[in-house]
Amino acid sequence: MNRRDILRRSAAAGLLATPAAGLLAGCATSGGDDDKGDAGTYQGTKSAQNPLGVKEDAPLEVVIFNGGFGEEYAKAHEAMYREAHPKAKINHSATQEINKTLQPRFVDGTPPDVVNNSGAGQIDPGGLVAQNALADLGELLAAPSLDIPGKSVKDTLLPGAVEVGSYDGRFLVMNYTYTVYGIWHSTKLFTERNWQYAKTWDEHIALCKQIKAAGIAPWTYAGQHPRYMSWPLISTAIKFGGPSVATAIDNLEPNAWKSDAMKAAADAWYQIVKDKFILDGSPGLDHKQSQTAWCQGKAAFISCGSWLESEQKDVTPAGFDMTVAPTPSLSSGDKLPFEAIRGTAGEPFIVPAKAKNVAGGREYLRTMLSRKGAQDFTRKVASLTVVAGATDGVELPFGLSTVVKALEASGANGFNWVYNNYYRKLERNLVDAACGEFFSGRSTPAQFLDQCQKGADSIAQDSSIKKYKRAA
Amino acid sequence: MRHGRFPLIVSFLLPPLVLYGVFVLSPYLQAFQISTTDWLGYSAQADPVGLANFRTLLHDGYVWNALTNNAILLAVVPVLTIVLGLFFATMLTMGGRKGRAGVTGVRGSAVYRLVYFFPQVLSVVIIALLWKEIYHPTTGLLNGALRSVGLPTPAWLGDPRFAFWCVLAVMVWSNVGFYVVLFGAAMQAIPRDIYEAVLLDGASRAVMLRRITIPLLWDTVQVAWIYLAIAALDGFILVQLMTNGGPNFSSDVIGMRMYDTAFGSETKFGYASAIGVVMFFLTLSVAVLALRAARRERIEYS
Repeated sequence: MNRRDILRRSAAAGLLATPAAGLLAGCATSGGDDDKGDAGTYQGTKSAQNPLGVKEDAPLEVVIFNGGFGEEYAKAHEAMYREAHPKAKINHSATQEINKTLQPRFVDGTPPDVVNNSGAGQIDPGGLVAQNALADLGELLAAPSLDIPGKSVKDTLLPGAVEVGSYDGRFLVMNYTYTVYGIWHSTKLFTERNWQYAKTWDEHIALCKQIKAAGIAPWTYAGQHPRYMSWPLISTAIKFGGPSVATAIDNLEPNAWKSDAMKAAADAWYQIVKDKFILDGSPGLDHKQSQTAWCQGKAAFISCGSWLESEQKDVTPAGFDMTVAPTPSLSSGDKLPFEAIRGTAGEPFIVPAKAKNVAGGREYLRTMLSRKGAQDFTRKVASLTVVAGATDGVELPFGLSTVVKALEASGANGFNWVYNNYYRKLERNLVDAACGEFFSGRSTPAQFLDQCQKGADSIAQDSSIKKYKRAA
Repeated sequence: MRHGRFPLIVSFLLPPLVLYGVFVLSPYLQAFQISTTDWLGYSAQADPVGLANFRTLLHDGYVWNALTNNAILLAVVPVLTIVLGLFFATMLTMGGRKGRAGVTGVRGSAVYRLVYFFPQVLSVVIIALLWKEIYHPTTGLLNGALRSVGLPTPAWLGDPRFAFWCVLAVMVWSNVGFYVVLFGAAMQAIPRDIYEAVLLDGASRAVMLRRITIPLLWDTVQVAWIYLAIAALDGFILVQLMTNGGPNFSSDVIGMRMYDTAFGSETKFGYASAIGVVMFFLTLSVAVLALRAARRERIEYS
């Protein structure tokens, strides 16, 4: 039998199977059609001891993303939950592929009670929200804190922790860690060379000249994920023009990307491209490769979030002492002070709307947000949580201690944007591509902002994408 | 004995047919059905939208950009791979010293065959990561070599002019070895006396290859053609791991678009299924066309 026969015969087999099509079609989407849902199958009585109304013996299923933080911290949180509810059976599992594991269960209407929706295989939060797949966590915010007397859960959180998980005013995603985004340098390198981190843009450019003269590239970035460079650029614009720059972008306002502040920021950042202050070949590096080049001292600055220290743990030389700093101020007329830094909650946890034990899910999150739970997390994985002051008495690694200091200095001036949560495609695809062109010198500031704006407009016009608005 | 045969056939054929139906055919059919809905993937709600997804596809610049890249792959990868495969296989089986009655490969052809086949043993993921390091703009092998002879050192995967061709080169590299072995095996099966006869008639090597070897290998080349054409319409794993479709979508392929639409930057499963359906028909047509275009009289030797 030759190949032609095989093809012919398989085509025949396909024909035979056609009558079954009617039966099969609709299988994928036929599960759990009743939108009444089984939500809250397990319901207990609310009391001062049990403000969320957990049913004592209801089992709780927790699915954890097994990434940089591992799963040990979650087992500790589960042990705490069981202490309070000894009759509850906890079903714990961990996976690197949240999406692949859980997508069928969401469709089927039988999702777990708590999900750590994180990692590269994360489920697009916007998709979950748009499909009403998430339980409202407002009740959790209003409940009293587990071990910080006299405060509600909401009162114990750092600024911005609630906003970033809120969609149209409903708190749906509990982001557990607190991430600071800034510009990183090695204190060791800077002390050795007697360099001072610059507070204004002019000083920054002067410093870059000095660094380049010393034979080191001032900057490097993840050329394959160039959106990392959009963070300091937008931060510069927000510090120059105030937080409304961010709300305009988040709300997809017309020409939000072409505001005067964004123009000023893009022009400023173009300087480091024009003057070749970027490590040769950076456009060809991925995030790990660029961070490693930075750790090897080939470049002085890199833009990243506060996960950088643990991500680079294996390749950072001893005594490197990485330090985070805010973006330099553009001018003396900046609306926000130099110390203002972008801080936001990350590492999302969700309670699916169709979970059997929604109350238990909320209660589990309350356990995580207790002082004890937060401290245990910081100790285990060296990352901040959204619980304010939970690092007191915990010894932090060098980089993380600079994060805490930057956060304290920034105080109420901290800012953030959420368009990347609302419209993941806009940051991950469209702004990303624009940044790639801009920072490799293939487009001008005007072209860069045009390309970003065009991306934002295409999202705004796409009627199949649910839109969100946030107040300033 | 005869009456015992029917249950035997049924019990051996039915289970695989059922499995094939459930795990191969039904997902295909479901994809067709899902492509006519606006299903977003995380709830049971999916409303039929007819052919709206396909209409959107027609005007989706990113999809067209990806398809253009697939078209280039389709035009270049099979030709390059087959030519290289034929050349190496010829050298290995009949490139040996001229003038000897009989046909042998170059010296050490067993070793070469092993070396050529090596990429086939590696998983595609390893190949992608390996080449990502070779293309590394500062510490990579390629730029190291260029630098040592004083040539400019581009940021290969970070430059939209090169990124796509870098991936294409890896695709050819990783495929050639298999076809060297495939063509080599087919060449071994060609009776030696044919060669001896034409050698006595004074045919040159080029004539031998063109007039004898290739016609006798035609069935094999045809198979290679179809496999490579299908591979060229895919290319997803290499692209995703090496460039993620970038920079600025310059190395995007249709499979990447589908993945990105379903799992990457948005969760539009209905639309992604529509892309999948288009891919299905494209691959099918390419396979059929390749079979038609390559149809020739079969040469039988006995």
